[in-house]
Amino acid sequence: MSAVIQAQGLGKRYGQRWALTDCTLDIPARRVVGLVGPNGAGKTTLLNLATGMLAPTSGSIRVLGGRPAEGPAQLAKVGFVAQDSPTYAGLSVADHLKLGARLNPGWDAALARERIGRLGLDPARRAGKLSGGQRAQLALTLGIAKRPQLLILDEPVAALDPLARREFLQGLMEATVEHQLSVVLSSHLVADLERACDYLIVLVDSRVRVAGEVEELLATHHRLSGARRDPTRLPAGQHVISASHTDRQTTLIIRTDAPIHDPAWTVSRLSLEDLVLAYMGTPNHPANPGRNHRPTLEVQR
Amino acid sequence: MIWLTWRQFRAAAAMTAAALAALAAILALTGPGLAHDYTTGIAACTTHSGSCSDFARRFFDHHQGSFLAVSAVVLLLPALIGLFWGAPLITRELEAGTHRLVWNQSITRSRWLAVKLALTGLAVMTAAGLGSLVVTWWSSPIDKAAQNFPKMGPLLFPARGVVPVAYAALAFALGVTVGMLVRRTLPAMAITLAVFVAVQVAMPLLVRPHLAPPTRSTVQITEANLEDFSRGPDRRIRVSAKAADTGAWVLSSHTVDASGHAIDTIPPSPSLSPSAGPCASLERGLSPCLAEIARLGYRQQVTYQPSSRYWPFQWYETGIYTALTVGLAGFCFWRIRRSLS
Amino acid sequence: MIEFHLDTRSGLSPYQQLVRQVRQALRLGLLREGDQLPTVKEVVAQLAINPNTVLKAYRELEHEGLVAARPGVGTFVTATLADDSLAAHGPLRQELRRWLARARRAGLDEESIEALFMTTFRTASEEDIA
Repeated sequence: MSAVIQAQGLGKRYGQRWALTDCTLDIPARRVVGLVGPNGAGKTTLLNLATGMLAPTSGSIRVLGGRPAEGPAQLAKVGFVAQDSPTYAGLSVADHLKLGARLNPGWDAALARERIGRLGLDPARRAGKLSGGQRAQLALTLGIAKRPQLLILDEPVAALDPLARREFLQGLMEATVEHQLSVVLSSHLVADLERACDYLIVLVDSRVRVAGEVEELLATHHRLSGARRDPTRLPAGQHVISASHTDRQTTLIIRTDAPIHDPAWTVSRLSLEDLVLAYMGTPNHPANPGRNHRPTLEVQR
Repeated sequence: MIWLTWRQFRAAAAMTAAALAALAAILALTGPGLAHDYTTGIAACTTHSGSCSDFARRFFDHHQGSFLAVSAVVLLLPALIGLFWGAPLITRELEAGTHRLVWNQSITRSRWLAVKLALTGLAVMTAAGLGSLVVTWWSSPIDKAAQNFPKMGPLLFPARGVVPVAYAALAFALGVTVGMLVRRTLPAMAITLAVFVAVQVAMPLLVRPHLAPPTRSTVQITEANLEDFSRGPDRRIRVSAKAADTGAWVLSSHTVDASGHAIDTIPPSPSLSPSAGPCASLERGLSPCLAEIARLGYRQQVTYQPSSRYWPFQWYETGIYTALTVGLAGFCFWRIRRSLS
Repeated sequence: MIEFHLDTRSGLSPYQQLVRQVRQALRLGLLREGDQLPTVKEVVAQLAINPNTVLKAYRELEHEGLVAARPGVGTFVTATLADDSLAAHGPLRQELRRWLARARRAGLDEESIEALFMTTFRTASEEDIA
């Protein structure tokens, strides 16, 4: 399958600070990609580079084979729902649909109308008077009805209450099936992404820590717990992601392709949240020293 | 995009159209009467006394208030347009974050900006053009009667004719550019106003006087063109005369002596004594005294831009402002493609 | 029509939970031969999960011979587990009883027996799938 986003050494600098460093990605199509990381890690920067809102300082990025925002054809292929779902407060819901129809040659008016009807949004109501969840749904409708191949969403549910959050994700996933979309979704909460994503990117401190298919990541990462031991004396092929010790016990999170034969370890599965936290380095259990020099880990298909 | 531009501009356009319509209505109603009063008055005073300066002065004083008011409207209109239509054009989108919505539809930023600038720019020029047109038409009798406000002068020249359209276009382009650089509405409005005022002050001070080489003429001071005559406590006479062209823009005017040097006051001379001679009993008329001053070689040298250059200057200035406007617009197109998240 | 739910705190992955719920429904007779399973779109719209999860679950069920996919129409139940009665597993049950007796004689209490069983069961399931 062709790649939907390809980045090579991508970087973005603001003054002295690098918001994104040395980002190399090869995201296949027809996935729901979760982009996770703490606030300020560079998620919005990466998404802005993918949509063409920003231009790279170093490296390159290609989206659906083209340069971001290069022309109307490229813009039509990518839909974007920015953080806080911006809408024109003075324009009504119907006006927003008209905006979509006038500015997008590929606009599907029937789909937009049907979706607005199903959501129960009053077309005459001004966007400034809608609730947060309703605005997010309007922004999502605008993104979907444009019939893009890729839909990018920047923290779409961060400011929503649990019900609005669930309804938004339901609508998004349904659209993914119906229109065969590729989706890139960022969040600083793993719980939002756990169900929906089948490809994961963890971004911490402007660098990509891990990127790969969720299934493969969960199959190759394990938690080992056992008697206190020196983590550097593990067999080759077992890479320690994070380690924590008490006086008697050692708990390691490792990545390995081979089965684990050592009977002294109790091996258990990781949840996606555990995996993300291991790569982010939880506050009580700092990851390996020299974290900043750890190379990016990419699990290839 | 045309629909969206109109939809966003609707309210501002309606308000401005209403204001202009009100102005046009008032002026349309009072204009013909004003013109009629003027022509009948001129006809009367020419047949009676031959000189109409008294009538002109009274006519102007009677209508001075409205004259200043409508001129102020034409002078302020470009600045208001720059502030309220130009500066918010881009800053409003950036502050609300809606640029992330509209620049991700299937339209490039260049096309978005082009349509916005073209349509709003057209509205700008129409508003300024209409305003200037109705005011120029309505005020023409008063302009003719205005003796202290020459047609080419720094108050009347920018408030009539075609230059207000060019001023408005520049103010608009300036507002959009500053807005794009500054990204916040209120600071952008403040900076736009400051820069525009600076430009409008610099133009008559530094540029307009030199659009064409000024005419310099040396005239004999007679009672007909006398402007001012006074004798100070040191018995020196101070005298000045007006240029023949009443609509001209006088750049400098001083008395010169026979060798061409400019002087402030005429140095004392026996023939100019206040006690005896032609300048002694002035109540009977200034002509003998002025003739003596002329005989001694004193004349008035006036440097001015003649009123015959009115339309050429209007078009030169329009050209300069248009070039600046186009330059700013080009800069905007180049700059908007840069990162703006 | 069956309705799915997800328990985020169960040790099983989402697709495994879906498979389990279908098998449970079959066993209890809630799903009968010829019934249609919810479409991928319906499941996704209800649970907000990834469509590949649903596809994987349905493929697994198809692999087990319990359902069959009819392209363009849907996925339908082709077999039942209803006659999977406990009576058919008498020998297994006896063996289990004997093992339990041995575990108690070895000194394990109820909780230890349950823990031993669950960890061994889970590890064994993972090894089977891997």
